[in-house]
This record gives sequence, C-alpha cells and structure tokens, in this order.
Amino acid sequence: MSQTKDVLVTPIFKNNPIALQILGVCSALAVTSNMATAMVMTLAVIAVTAFSNFFVSLIRNHIPGNIRIIVQMTIIASLVIVVDQILKAFAYEISKQLSVFVGLIITNCIVMGRAEAFAMKNPPMPSFLDGIGNGLGYGAVLLFVGFFRELFGAGSLFGIEILPLVNNGGWYQGNGLMLLPPSAFFLIGMFIWIIRTWKPEQVEKPDFEMAPNTKKEAA
Amino acid sequence: MSSNNDTMGKTLLVTILLCVVCSVVVSAAAVILKPQQVANKELDRKSNILAAAGIADPSKSVDELFSQITTKYVDLETGQYVDVPAGYDESKATKDPQQSIALDRQDDKAGIKVIARVQPVYLVEGADGSVNKVVLPVHGKGLWSTLYGFLALEGDLNTVVGLGFYSHAETPGLGGEVDNPAWKALWPGKKVYADDKTDPQIQLIKGSVDASTANAEYKVDGLSGATLTANGVTNLVQFWMGKNGYAPFLNNLRAGEA
Repeated sequence: MSQTKDVLVTPIFKNNPIALQILGVCSALAVTSNMATAMVMTLAVIAVTAFSNFFVSLIRNHIPGNIRIIVQMTIIASLVIVVDQILKAFAYEISKQLSVFVGLIITNCIVMGRAEAFAMKNPPMPSFLDGIGNGLGYGAVLLFVGFFRELFGAGSLFGIEILPLVNNGGWYQGNGLMLLPPSAFFLIGMFIWIIRTWKPEQVEKPDFEMAPNTKKEAA
Repeated sequence: MSSNNDTMGKTLLVTILLCVVCSVVVSAAAVILKPQQVANKELDRKSNILAAAGIADPSKSVDELFSQITTKYVDLETGQYVDVPAGYDESKATKDPQQSIALDRQDDKAGIKVIARVQPVYLVEGADGSVNKVVLPVHGKGLWSTLYGFLALEGDLNTVVGLGFYSHAETPGLGGEVDNPAWKALWPGKKVYADDKTDPQIQLIKGSVDASTANAEYKVDGLSGATLTANGVTNLVQFWMGKNGYAPFLNNLRAGEA
C-alpha cells in the first residue's frame, strides 16, 4: 500500500515533472495567466496522463518495440481529442479560453515521458496512479504559477477580485509582466529554487566546472 | 514480454487493432457529443448577439430574449435586403465564387481574403417598425486566429452599443482579453463615423483613452501585451464598417431605403 502512495505522491514534490525533470514547461507558460484555466488544464492533463499510462501499460506486452512511440502517440492523441470534445460539450466557456492548448497536451512531454518511462514497464494500476501523480505534480506548478500571475497581474483569483485594480477604481496597479508568458519562467525558476533549497538532494552536479577568470596579464 | 512482438505480422496486427479502437473511440466521442456542442455554439452565438446589443438578461432564457430580434439578410454590394434560401450559412457561402466577393489586397484590411456577398444582420425593432439597434456580424484576423464577433449600433447607426467576440484563438490572458467584460465596457457610446459615413474613424490605441485624448469618442483602449490582436480588432471593425462592408447598407438604412 505504501508503494501505491509513493507512486502517487513522489511526483508532486520529490520527483516533480516540471521542477526536477524539467518537462512540459511550454504549456506551463501559456495557460497560467489565471487560475481557472490553470485548473482546467491540470484536470485535463491528469486525465490524459492517467488514462494514457493505463492503456499503454495494458497493452505493453504486445507493443512491438520499433513502433512503440507511434503506438503511445496514437493512444495519447485519441485521449486528448476525447478530452477536448468533452470540454467543448460541457465547459464551453473554459474550452474557448484554453483554445489550442488542450490540443497541445499531445505534445506535452510529461504525457509521453511517463508512458515511455513508467507505463511500458509497469502493470496498469501503478501506471494509472503514476499518471495521476505526475498530472498532480504538473498541476501543482501550474496552480503555483497561476496563483501569483493572476493575483499580481490581474488582482484576482479564480476571477474574484482580491486586490482592486487602479483601472477599476481600486488601489492596486496590476503588474503587466505577470500576464505575459515570460513571467512564468521567473516563477517556475523560483519554484525550482524553493524545492531544491528544501530538498537539496535534487540539486544536480554541474556538468562543467566554471573556469577561473583568465587574468589580464596572461592574455 | 513475448519475444515475437517485432515480427511484421504482429506489428501490422497491433497497428491495425490500435487504429480501429482509437478511431472508434474518437468518432464515438465526436458523434455523441456533437448535439451538445452545436447547442452550446448556437446558444453562445445568440447570447453574444444579445450581449452586443446590450439586452442580455440572465433571468430570462436566451431564446425568449432572442424572440425580439429580427434576422434579415443584406447584400453587401447593393446594401439592400435580400431573401435567402433556408439554411443559408454565410461561412459556407465564402467558398462559392457565385456567392462571395474576393477582396483586393489593398481593400482587405481584415485579412480575410473573401467575404460572403450576403450577410445576416440582426435588428431590434421598435413597435412602429423603426430600427432601435442593429447587430452586425464581423470577423477578421487577429494574431493567431480569425476573430468572429458582433458589433451593435444604436438607431443612429453611428453610436456603438457593444462589441463582442464569440470565437477566436488568441493567447489566453493577452489577446484573449477581448472577452474581458471590463474591456468590452469601453465600447458603448463610441462613434464609428465622423462626417463621411463610409469612412470609419474608430480605432484601438496603445494605452488608455481618457478625457484629454484627442477625438476620444473614436478611440478605444488597446490590450496590453496584445498589440497584434488590437491591430486586428481595429482593422476588422474598420473593414466591416467601411465601403466593402456594411457602409452601403447602413447608408441605405439611414435614408430609409434598405
């Protein structure tokens, strides 16, 4: 049982797909300008990672090695289309806001990374949980980033006004940078910094030793 | 793991089975959810027309409110009302050279290349048959996508009642802010035309409009971080209000001859 819990919980902080594995950063920049889209995106990614892991794992013993990536891609793409259709039918407003980014879950490295790394080697149930775990890990970062971007950029959370904006007659001057995708880079950077300060074992060994500055006289 | 997975036969079998299963799942989802999606789109379109006309009311059903709107069709070249066959769809008409107008590059401000000759217009009529408000469908290229929306004018056919987009794929949080109610609230009361009724003056500017801005009545705040979307909105509004758009129709309507 504790192993089940491990599979589910480790990806959230210990082995976070964005913070440690540095996967799926592109969509994390795009959909985090407010909490509502970040939330729906999280749910969509959890659903896709969980079920793609599950189905890939279900047929893992029959997937020919030389076309395995294509097989995984087909499964993932089908699931993404289904999720997109469901959003269009039942959450039309949000699906309009997420626009192309739901379709782009297909290219989210986390989904395929987990299918290839975990689901190909493990039974369906642990794979399913691994998918949920990694989806949650992705979601944790998305919501962290979305929280700061929406709060400081638009002065609200889930569309509810927290800091009244100057242009709505309040006192808070919104930070325009926060609404732009680059701000997510800074926030994800800080998230990684915080996690690695808290769990120093995640700090990677430098690939290169920085050479000491060449002295002027030597040149 | 069985060792014979990589044989030609097994590879083909797995591929075919997988494709069949996946296509069944995908088509089933598409077919089963289609009515719901179409209903959503239609409802969305109607409520956007109502919202642009400023007569949306959450306490009443959309269909009930929509009953006060008369849908008519206009030939853009002559500016006259025309009859259309049932089920006419202006987006399909753009694919038929008989029913569409190809635009020259210098005329094609909105970046849409071809427009349907006949467009629907939605009128809110008073008891005596006079036009209180007119809602005009507009579309044009933004940054990533074509924006589809409605522009509503007062009975003077110059003052804006509202502008709203019902379909676009601009960046969420940036260009996607064209859906922001606070931004949409900037439109009512703006004027489209100065003296020349075929030459629209209205435009989006960088930054915000205040009382000190020259000709403030023709200017609307831009969207921060979305200059190209904002340019697209300016271009599409100017195109559709111009001589290749609804200007002939609006002039006829003003003269009472539509």
